[in-house]
Amino acid sequence: MTKNKREPLIHITKRVNIPIWFPLVVHAVALLLALVACAILTLVMTGENPFSLLNSIINGSFGSSRKIWVMLQNTAMLLCVSLAVTPAFRMRFWNIGAEGQTLIACLASAACMILLRDILPNWAIIVCMAAASMLAGAVWGLIPAIFKSKWGTNETLFTLMMNYIATQLVAFFCVVWESPKGSGQIGIINQRTELGWLPVIGGQRYLLNVIVVGLICLAMHFYLRYSKHGFEISVVGESVKTAHYVGIKVEKVIIRTMILSGAVCGIAGFLLVGATNHTLTTTLVNGRGFTAVMVSWLAKFSPFWMIMISMLLVVLERGAGEISTKFGLNQSYSDMLTGIILFFIIGSEFFIMYRVHLRKPGDKEGKLHV
Amino acid sequence: MENSNSAVSLRNITKRFGATTANDHVTLDIRKGEILALLGENGSGKTTLMNMISGIYYPDEGQILINGRETVISSPKDAIDLGIGMIHQHFKLVDVLTAAENIELGLGGKLNLKQTAKKIHDICSAYGFEVDPNQKVYDMSVSQKQTVEIVKVLYRGADILILDEPTAVLTPQETEKLFTVLRNMRDSGKAIVIITHKMHEVESISDRVAILRKGQYVGEKMTKDTNAQEMTNMMVGHTVALNIERPEPVAPKPRIQVKDLTVLDEEGIVKLDHVSFTAYSGEILGVAGISGCGQKELLEAIAGLQVTEPGSSISYITDDGQKEELIGKDPLEIQEMGVALSFVPEDRLGMGLVGSMDINDNMMLRSFRHGHTAFTDRKAPHEVAEQVVDELEVATPSLNTPVSRLSGGNVQKILVGREITTAPSVLLTAYAVRGLDINSSYTIYHLINEQKKQGVAVIYVGEDLDVLLELADRILVLCGGKVSGILPGRNAIKSQVGMMMTHMGGIKGDEK
Repeated sequence: MTKNKREPLIHITKRVNIPIWFPLVVHAVALLLALVACAILTLVMTGENPFSLLNSIINGSFGSSRKIWVMLQNTAMLLCVSLAVTPAFRMRFWNIGAEGQTLIACLASAACMILLRDILPNWAIIVCMAAASMLAGAVWGLIPAIFKSKWGTNETLFTLMMNYIATQLVAFFCVVWESPKGSGQIGIINQRTELGWLPVIGGQRYLLNVIVVGLICLAMHFYLRYSKHGFEISVVGESVKTAHYVGIKVEKVIIRTMILSGAVCGIAGFLLVGATNHTLTTTLVNGRGFTAVMVSWLAKFSPFWMIMISMLLVVLERGAGEISTKFGLNQSYSDMLTGIILFFIIGSEFFIMYRVHLRKPGDKEGKLHV
Repeated sequence: MENSNSAVSLRNITKRFGATTANDHVTLDIRKGEILALLGENGSGKTTLMNMISGIYYPDEGQILINGRETVISSPKDAIDLGIGMIHQHFKLVDVLTAAENIELGLGGKLNLKQTAKKIHDICSAYGFEVDPNQKVYDMSVSQKQTVEIVKVLYRGADILILDEPTAVLTPQETEKLFTVLRNMRDSGKAIVIITHKMHEVESISDRVAILRKGQYVGEKMTKDTNAQEMTNMMVGHTVALNIERPEPVAPKPRIQVKDLTVLDEEGIVKLDHVSFTAYSGEILGVAGISGCGQKELLEAIAGLQVTEPGSSISYITDDGQKEELIGKDPLEIQEMGVALSFVPEDRLGMGLVGSMDINDNMMLRSFRHGHTAFTDRKAPHEVAEQVVDELEVATPSLNTPVSRLSGGNVQKILVGREITTAPSVLLTAYAVRGLDINSSYTIYHLINEQKKQGVAVIYVGEDLDVLLELADRILVLCGGKVSGILPGRNAIKSQVGMMMTHMGGIKGDEK
């Protein structure tokens, strides 16, 4: 075989038969490389020992039992929103409105706490909160679903716009229900009476959230994998034509799935207001609706992988925060570190799907793995 | 090289995709002034080989010599510069532009459409094409679009033309026209490669055939020294019987009666215009027509997937003569009455199967609603999958392999196999052998005949007229959404059917 002088230098081929462990290894290597990059950056900028950096990251989430619970609570909330967007994603319905669906549910919960506190007993308020939150989230998901299935509107833009409506509504009601007057904020709702506050179980404030989300996770797994609805969702996602052909009513599936998506966001909103924060602000959901998109994708829409991914993201975020406080850097620095880590993890997806061959000039075929 | 007449010489070309070797040390010459037919079963590596000549893939090993000089083709642009032009199965034209604009598109320099038109005219008159440079692509028939593609390639100075299944979408008359043009081009010294599965075309157009089997070069023959049987045996590697049986229908009874069926598409264009016919049990009703003449709409209307115009009627007639109207029923109800539709669209997976799902789940598409719980029963579909894979000899690593990973023939066997296992009383099948090699095609014909023998009313929409004439008991010819006639299959003549497809021959049997 003669050598060619114009052979392409980089040659990309698709991988076949990817073993189950392979993505895990690639992600782990990517994470390691990301930490090395962060360490180098920190070393150059601050002169700190890279190992103390790693230590800080771990310390940020596992340093004390309180920190562990905060981490678990954050993981649970992120996981809950991620689980909510997943059925829609499996259907190829690009719902990026989980932020708004959750926030509008927060508003519904807070409204029940404020408006019903003098009328109903505590348990009834909680029941109303749960119902109202799920309904509000479901409606926020239903509206774009109806427009999509009836008139073929673009769901991505539509769900995004619904986020702003939710934010503005919350901003408006924050002024209507402001306390104390003139502050423009709601503050802790029912601080004295604790009406509408979810019960603390096992002496741990956040345990209830973790249990509820754990159950949702399990249920979602079975729903998507083994139920008839789950099967219909997959068929609609893969091929609308095939779905019609086997007699699946695509419009119905889209609407039903978005109601479900919105309702699960509603549960997240209910937990955020009723169990975690007991207040209402426009930033209560804290971008989880968008982070959830990433969690769902990185986990390849598998509920159990989402537990790992959302925990990883929460630990990284808290670790980055810890680093910036410890070394006297501001919040932007922790954002940079989180950004670097995400860049590596998302970038590594390419190496899971494809293999890169490098041909060195004058050399036999050389292979570069990962 | 040894033959100064070689336009392209491939030497030990190897191309691998992951674990599969698509081309294994293939050595082949393409000569000037000759039409070479490249033959092989599905997945034998014909298209991959041609893609390497046209710069879409880069070979892992081996050399390509153009006009005797070793050359590196690392992009389609390199290929064009070397005078290589490939006409793909799917046309790459901009609908809203004219022929001349499409041909000029992508070339540098100033746009001078007058000059372009003149050059197009010169090319056309040299080889016998007919192209109106100012006609918009959306106004063109499939065959006109194909002509534009060929002119486009010649305009760029191609001396080596590769055509990938060019006749799949043409009527017999259009095919003959294309062949005349190809012969003219050959006589002017161009090198032409044609990929096709239709044996009689190979015999009529090619000078030489080269045969690939499982990525390896098996051999070549001068066309005049060989015959369809020998070529098929070389392709498959063993002897294949090349005749389709056609048993007489046993006690045919009317099963589906279509009356005044009219269908408009989304833009309000008439796709079916007062179509009327009756399909009988135990009979194969062949449907012939140029692609896009309403075949798809016809089958979909029967299966309940098409909106029909008022006045249309489709009745299902049971064994004891009771009529039931199908229009207005949903696809699910129609399915449960025993009407099975296996439609193989151009992309094979578009309708009927889900590419990313495995064989089990694809079988489940038909049965997932069974049972009263909210959860799916996975055992029954698994058994069906085992049965289909076993009986139809589907080549698959396992039942858990996504169907998109299987070759076209196996995908089609799964689709047709699943529809048949629902024990239908009416089997609607369209393009069941589309793009399939000869061996898989005969398996499918056999399956369809089996259904016929069991008293199923089969409506078979086909592309290959020769097969339709051999397989069908009656042939319904569609032309522009109208029935231009129904002929008995046993003594229909190909040219007559071809005429009726284009409505040219004064067929008196025109309905309406």
